[in-house]
Amino acid sequence: MNFLPVLKEALNSIAANRMRSFLTILGIIIGVGAVIALLAIGQGAQASIAGEIESIGTNVLYVMPGNLMEDITNPQKLTLSDVSNLSNRARAPHIARVAPVIFSSTTITYGSDTLSTNVTGSTPDIQQILNLEIQEGSFFTESQQSSRASVIVIGPRAAERLTGKSSGIVGTVLRINGHPFRVIGVTKPKGGNQFSSPDFMIYMPISSMQMRVKSSAGSEEVDYIIVQAQDSQSMSLAIQETREIMRSSHRLTPRQPDDFTITNQEDFLSIANSITQVLTILLSGIGGISLLVGGIGIMNMMLVTVTERTREIGLRKALGARKSDILLQFLTESALLSLIGGVIGIAFGWGLSSLVGLIAANSGAPLAPVIGANSILLATLFSAAVGVFFGWYPAQRAANLQPVEALRYE
Amino acid sequence: MEKHNTEQPVIYIRDLYKSYYIGEIEVPALRGVDLEVYPGEIVAIMGPSGSGKSTLMNMVGCLDSPTAGEYRLEGQLVSELVDDELALVRNEKIGFVFQKYNLLPRATALENVELPLRYSRDPSRMRERSSNALERVGLADRMLHKPNELSGGQQQRVAIARAIVNEPAIILADEPTGNLDSKSGQEIMDLLIELNKRIGTTVVIVTHDSNIASQTQRIVHLWDGLIVDHLEEA
Repeated sequence: MNFLPVLKEALNSIAANRMRSFLTILGIIIGVGAVIALLAIGQGAQASIAGEIESIGTNVLYVMPGNLMEDITNPQKLTLSDVSNLSNRARAPHIARVAPVIFSSTTITYGSDTLSTNVTGSTPDIQQILNLEIQEGSFFTESQQSSRASVIVIGPRAAERLTGKSSGIVGTVLRINGHPFRVIGVTKPKGGNQFSSPDFMIYMPISSMQMRVKSSAGSEEVDYIIVQAQDSQSMSLAIQETREIMRSSHRLTPRQPDDFTITNQEDFLSIANSITQVLTILLSGIGGISLLVGGIGIMNMMLVTVTERTREIGLRKALGARKSDILLQFLTESALLSLIGGVIGIAFGWGLSSLVGLIAANSGAPLAPVIGANSILLATLFSAAVGVFFGWYPAQRAANLQPVEALRYE
Repeated sequence: MEKHNTEQPVIYIRDLYKSYYIGEIEVPALRGVDLEVYPGEIVAIMGPSGSGKSTLMNMVGCLDSPTAGEYRLEGQLVSELVDDELALVRNEKIGFVFQKYNLLPRATALENVELPLRYSRDPSRMRERSSNALERVGLADRMLHKPNELSGGQQQRVAIARAIVNEPAIILADEPTGNLDSKSGQEIMDLLIELNKRIGTTVVIVTHDSNIASQTQRIVHLWDGLIVDHLEEA
């Protein structure tokens, strides 16, 4: 028997009960839509986090004070002498650059406008390490560093938020803690915004920061140290060298555990990935439950359909339809019903994730939802499978009707 | 009937029994029926309700299997076939005409006539054969109409076209005029008689209308599950 007329008949039957069919597949629409939207947003978030982390560079590692794994009594602070020890090229051949960082959340004032943001004090090397590109002006120099110049390099979005201008910002004077600072450079926008916001960051020489922002002039202490390996292949050697130098710099005996922690981008990346994965699985599970409920709805509707069309089934059998013909007819109808739900659900999910993307963009955290071909394929196959699975019992019931009784049915 | 003795009967029924069970209680519907119908005959089966008329029709139409006895259709022993084999016999050898037409409401006349061909082993030239059948019942100009756009008589004509489209051995009509006014009913009878004469299709009509039955060549009376001499019919 040719399948085309079977398909046409199934479509006609679904179309004949439009409202009922639509209500029946609503569960499938919501289920598929939720799964598609969540997968898209999850993948978008993952891509955005990965993009942000990778924009900094994969050959960067961070040294932080303290040890998260073991209990340390009196962990030593990180100091500028640690930095100079790490900068010793003879002891650390795989380390390219080292930059100390002190960090502060402060309020910046321009005229009557204020902005709360993060200020990073470091050495000029941080520009290469963090791969900071300048769109206007220049980064601060060694001589500005040693003269404790009141200069800052500002992120483009912070600049725009404060001054209302997107260019011609160099030369503007901003106030931090009441001290005037002259803008000497604006970084290029980096996009990705999940953790910190590089486009909102303000960079200044560490010496100026100690003196004018932190009021800790002459202090040796730093918040963390950024180390750049020669290249991504020498990461593990660079980590090893950093650890040895840090241990000797902190005069730890071989039996004492590290009182510092070394992390790198890949660690962050894998943590971020596992968080988004857990979220995706969890939310997909909710979508799956909705699909299950939708499937039960389809089964219910198909049972009603079979009862309503008992006479028709009897007639078809009288005209020579075999069990398999009737089974195929009803399975086609339920699979098609569910498939239509799936397709509408994909569209719905696409709309939903676009909406989330739009809202995210407007609230300053760009996120591009990614709807992959695989998730569309998966949703399509899965919804058809739901239709076949839940349509099986009603179709079986139709196929097993006795022609005599079915024809007599009123 | 002597002239038929050299021919093989289309329907050959011997000692056919059919019982229904209501719980444990056996309710006999047919109690040893013998019946022969020869090619080209037009026969009426008559009987009051409860006489086993419908049961006999279901047996002849291969819609149900007998409890005991023998039924040969064109020489093929069909009383022992299983479901799917019976479906094939129904498809190829029997054309059903029902009292309530039983057309698919959402399909056109042409699609309704095509339906048996779709379940057939030979679905070739489906459109052509179906439109030929509709022409033969005089509905060439109504092919794309849906049942609700046709009169009762026209709907029954579509049903007859559907019955003959597969060129079956017999047309089995169950109260074919039961839902029609007398004029349309007579037109349907005329059509069945004409098909019988022109194409030589064997026709079996189940009816309780003696006016209909009298237009056939032979009347078979059924009483309490048995075929009886027509004189006994009250």
